[in-house]
Amino acid sequence: MKTNTVQPPEVSPIVVKDLTVGYGERIILQNLNFEIKKGQIVTLLGGSGCGKSTLLKHIIGLYPPMQGEILIQGRSIVTANETEKREIMSCFGVAYQGGALFRALSVAENIALPMEEMGHFTKDEIKERVEQKLALMHLEGFGNFMPSDLSGGMIKRVAFARALALDPALLFFDEPSAGLDPLTSDMLDDVILEIREKTGATIVMVTHELPSIFKVSDRVLMLSRDEKSIVDDGSPQWLRDHSEIPFVRAFLSRNKNN
Amino acid sequence: MPDNQNNKREANNQIESMGEGLLTLGQTIRSFIEFIGESTAASWECLCHPKKIRKRDLLISLNSCGADGFPITLLICLAMGVILGYQGALQMHKFGADRFLPMVVGCTIVRELGPMMVAIVATGRCGSAFAAEIATMKLSEELDALKTMGIRPVRYIFVPKLFAMLLMLPLLTVAGDMVGMFGGYMIGNLECGLTADVYLRLTREGVRIGYFFEGIIKSFVYAVLITQVGCWCGMQTGKDAIAVGRSTTSAVVFGILAVIISDSVMAKIIADLSQL
Ligand SMILES: Nc1ncnc2c1ncn2[C@@H]1O[C@H](COP(=O)(O)OP(=O)(O)OP(=O)(O)O)[C@@H](O)[C@H]1O
Ligand SMILES: [Mg+2]
Repeated sequence: MKTNTVQPPEVSPIVVKDLTVGYGERIILQNLNFEIKKGQIVTLLGGSGCGKSTLLKHIIGLYPPMQGEILIQGRSIVTANETEKREIMSCFGVAYQGGALFRALSVAENIALPMEEMGHFTKDEIKERVEQKLALMHLEGFGNFMPSDLSGGMIKRVAFARALALDPALLFFDEPSAGLDPLTSDMLDDVILEIREKTGATIVMVTHELPSIFKVSDRVLMLSRDEKSIVDDGSPQWLRDHSEIPFVRAFLSRNKNN
Repeated sequence: MPDNQNNKREANNQIESMGEGLLTLGQTIRSFIEFIGESTAASWECLCHPKKIRKRDLLISLNSCGADGFPITLLICLAMGVILGYQGALQMHKFGADRFLPMVVGCTIVRELGPMMVAIVATGRCGSAFAAEIATMKLSEELDALKTMGIRPVRYIFVPKLFAMLLMLPLLTVAGDMVGMFGGYMIGNLECGLTADVYLRLTREGVRIGYFFEGIIKSFVYAVLITQVGCWCGMQTGKDAIAVGRSTTSAVVFGILAVIISDSVMAKIIADLSQL
């Protein structure tokens, strides 16, 4: 018997087609087309207020786009109904720009919440995993603290730990390292690389930290507020040295004369 | 000629803005109705699977809606009883109808003012707190975070509050009724010389037990309305701190409005039913 050697082409975990996003009547970004491959670490880059967080929130299905299609692992999150959406979202881990920790819950309970709601873990397993995530973020001993008793950087790390709670296949980080000291920020980069190594997760993040971009990103999508679109796409090194747009080169080399 | 055109344009603008206003109103009403549907479905789901309610959230809500509000609610009900008793005594004394004071005070409090006052205090305390809490959660992206964890915000936030209110508001109403009637007794005793025995007997004769349940049923309806309006106003909030304040205000205004309007509707329904 002959085996079929032709592998089916792997579906990209994120495919965006003709996407236009905005609020009300106001268009923030338009006609976006891109595809993110499995295991890629992609950075959304652009000036403040150009719509990075907006794009991220649309990709994870929080807002309906004005136009276009978003496919997550081959399934449309735009037309999905409530149950399908929940299913698609079950492979997401999201760390929001402001942390978005639940103030009524302790740090440990915050990290445990996704496991209680989405996972099939016993109480002991949850406890163990929470400890493990806390250790990963160097937050041992803070499990019983309330979010209001933490510093800004610690809140970010807890949010990061919560996003990792279910070891999701798709991770979205909105400025995970903003407000962290350089060493902690570097530690975060190591964690991101380690996660990709271990679980093969696809990661989309927003960050302005150049060292972090060069260390972890395979690819940068450069957004522009004036063009309301993606103006360049490529590896950070390539964009810095060879981009045809001066603004992109300047952005990545932090030198406006470049 | 240009004047004419200007007038025309102005008229067009006015029509346009009127249309826009109507559209927004329509959308608001629609979203409120959607919210009612969604919250009812979530509550029903949690009733069928009580494990889905987070115990601690329920306890926190029970505490803030019930225990914390006890003193102020009782104080207001007592004052209401005193006012009612005093005005009643003043008028009735003229006709030598002192004996009817317990009945008038009792019926008014138990059927109408007791549940309503308790509900209005609860709107000010809990409805506004619900709106503020949810609005801040929306601002800090917590509602978004809930959605991506597959938790419907309505279930996580609304249901514990609703159940707490459904439990506490009737309890507060019972206590408020008692204290209000006690306020009436104080006046009856001081102004009309009615002793405790007599006042109690006259109250029992005048106030039917059905009246009492009438008030309790109303308080269940108020609990639902206050929670729904409060939570909905919180969810409708905009993107800044001023918007949080605004949604708190509208939670109180619309909450009280809902209580009073529903009271008049229920009064009519109950009156019709009792004629059958
Ligand atoms: N919920 C909202 N409703 C209406 N407009 C919004 C909303 N959120 C953001 N905007 C607008 O969308 C634009 C893009 O905002 P967004 O938060 O996506 O920017 P960003 O690229 O993430 O910026 P930053 O780097 O400062 O986080 C901004 O001009 C903002 O005014
Ligand atoms: Mg942002």
